[in-house]
Formats: sequence, structure tokens, C-alpha cells
Amino acid sequence: MVEFYGTRIDNPLLLGTARYPSPSVLAASVKQSGVNVVTVSLRREAGANGVGQKFWDLIKALNVRVLPNTASCYTVKEAVITAQMAREVFATNWIKLEVIGHSDTLQPDVFSLVEAARILNEEGFEVFPYTTEDLVVADKLVQVGCQVLMPWGSPIGSGRGLSNPYGLRSLRAHFKDLTIVIDAGIGLPSHAAHAMELGCDAVLLNTAVAKAGNPVTMAMAFADAVAAGRMAYLAQPIEQTDMAHPSTPVIGKAFLA
Amino acid sequence: MRIILNGDQCEVTATTLAQILLEQGHKTDAIATAVNGVFVHKHRRAELFLKEGDRLEIVAPMQGG
Repeated sequence: MVEFYGTRIDNPLLLGTARYPSPSVLAASVKQSGVNVVTVSLRREAGANGVGQKFWDLIKALNVRVLPNTASCYTVKEAVITAQMAREVFATNWIKLEVIGHSDTLQPDVFSLVEAARILNEEGFEVFPYTTEDLVVADKLVQVGCQVLMPWGSPIGSGRGLSNPYGLRSLRAHFKDLTIVIDAGIGLPSHAAHAMELGCDAVLLNTAVAKAGNPVTMAMAFADAVAAGRMAYLAQPIEQTDMAHPSTPVIGKAFLA
Repeated sequence: MRIILNGDQCEVTATTLAQILLEQGHKTDAIATAVNGVFVHKHRRAELFLKEGDRLEIVAPMQGG
């Protein structure tokens, strides 16, 4: 269970809808993993061939919530206009706000991100900002009205897992009441479980499922991993230590030397 | 008149945004529009007249991560 702006979602795994081998594999991946939220995007409609409408019909048939994104936007203006258009097409105030600052790493431009988030929050959007684990940036996003943070695990599509677990742990500790979603860079179910074990509330991923040899099975593996990680976090994991501690009691051991 | 439609030169005979969309074959609700970098709500399309050289963007749903 995870909550986004007052809306409760059962499954803390969120899936992207891009790069699947076919629409039917996308649909099966969503259904079999029990995902409740998928991300979608907007692009120029090349003609009156209705490709966009067909994709939208497919998504609507899945009976899930959609989280539109502002992918590939590099400026505040681009991101805000894309969000406004997405709200009209997808009929939701949710927006996954991406303002990219670096084309190689797809790292967010956090300065423009905060400004775009401010504008969109004032316009009644419920903003899911794609950000870094930077505490100061997170604080600025909260100040402009964000109740959800979406720090990257590592660069989008890289599959590298969590580059900075310490930073994510700090983020969790500083923003106890915010919903934190790891977005980007997840490659394996163990990465997703790790994020959840650190106390993150949800994980959003796309490529790791869509480009797997068997996307449907991988989606199910991720759903299980996210659930296991969440359960482990709630069960309060032990602290790590540098030295060994015998698990078998030494008291009462027979003197046999 | 000539406008820039999704980045390409385009000759249109209609003048309002709503008419241009119909002329271009867009009959679906699953599109959104912006003119000269400003979002145009669907309820305003019928009253918005485009001018020579205006930049019209038409977008539709697609896959995203």
C-alpha cells in the first residue's frame, strides 16, 4: 500500500509502458504483476492515423491509473506546457515532472525542476518530481508543494541499481512523511528490494521489465521483490556491524580442548 | 495560409484551430494542442483563429517511462 496525494494504491510497483516487444506483452506484464499505476507520455501525432488513440484505448482497457510524464523536456516552459496538455488528454492532475539537464546522463535539472514544480502546484497539479537524492533540492520541492519525491536510483535505463544508498537513506530519514518513489536505474528485482528495504515507498521502472527476455515473468519478479523489500523494512532489519557476532550461544559450550 | 504544424510547413484553408484539426483529420479527443508555445484548451479551439506562420503543435498519447 502506498499513498499519492491522498490516493491509496495497493501495489508499490509502478511500471512504464515503453520499449515492450508488443502491446500484448505490455498488457500481460501489467496484468500479471498486479500493477495499479503505469506511466504514459505525449508525442507529436504524426497524422490522423489514430496511433495515439489506439495506445490510449489499450491503457484504458487495463483499468489502471496513469501517471503522465514530461519526458524529454529540457526547460520549465516545455515541461509546464506538456503537463497542461497531459492533464487534458489523460484527465488526471498527476504529473511525473521531468526536466532534464544533461543529455548523456538524463540527470534532472533540479533548478528548473523546482520552478516547474512551483508553477504546476499552483495550477492544481499533483506533482511527482523526478529528482536526485539531494536533501536541499528535496526541501525546495516540498516548499513549493510537492508531497511526493522521485529520486533516481541511477541514470535512466542504465540498470545499475542504487548508486547512492546512503543518500536515499538520508532522504528517508529527513522526510519521514513524504512518499518516496525510486525512479530510474533499476535493473534487477534485488535493486528494487534494496530500495524498499531502505524505506522507500514505491519503485517505478520500465526498461528492466520491457527489455528483459521475458517481460511478463520479470514484471512478476519485480512485484514480489518490491513486496518483500517493503515487508523487510517494516520488520526493522538489524544494524550492520564490522565484526562477527556468533549466532549460536557460547554459554554452556562443552569444554573439549 | 501556411502554418508550422508539428515542425513542418503546412498549407491550411481553415482558420480556427477546431476547423484545422478537422481538416487535418483529427477526430479523436485523445489529442492536445499548443499554439506558439501556449497550451490551448479544447474548449477554446473553436474561437481561436490562427494566423500565417503560427506554430501549431498536436500531441497524442504514447508509451512512456
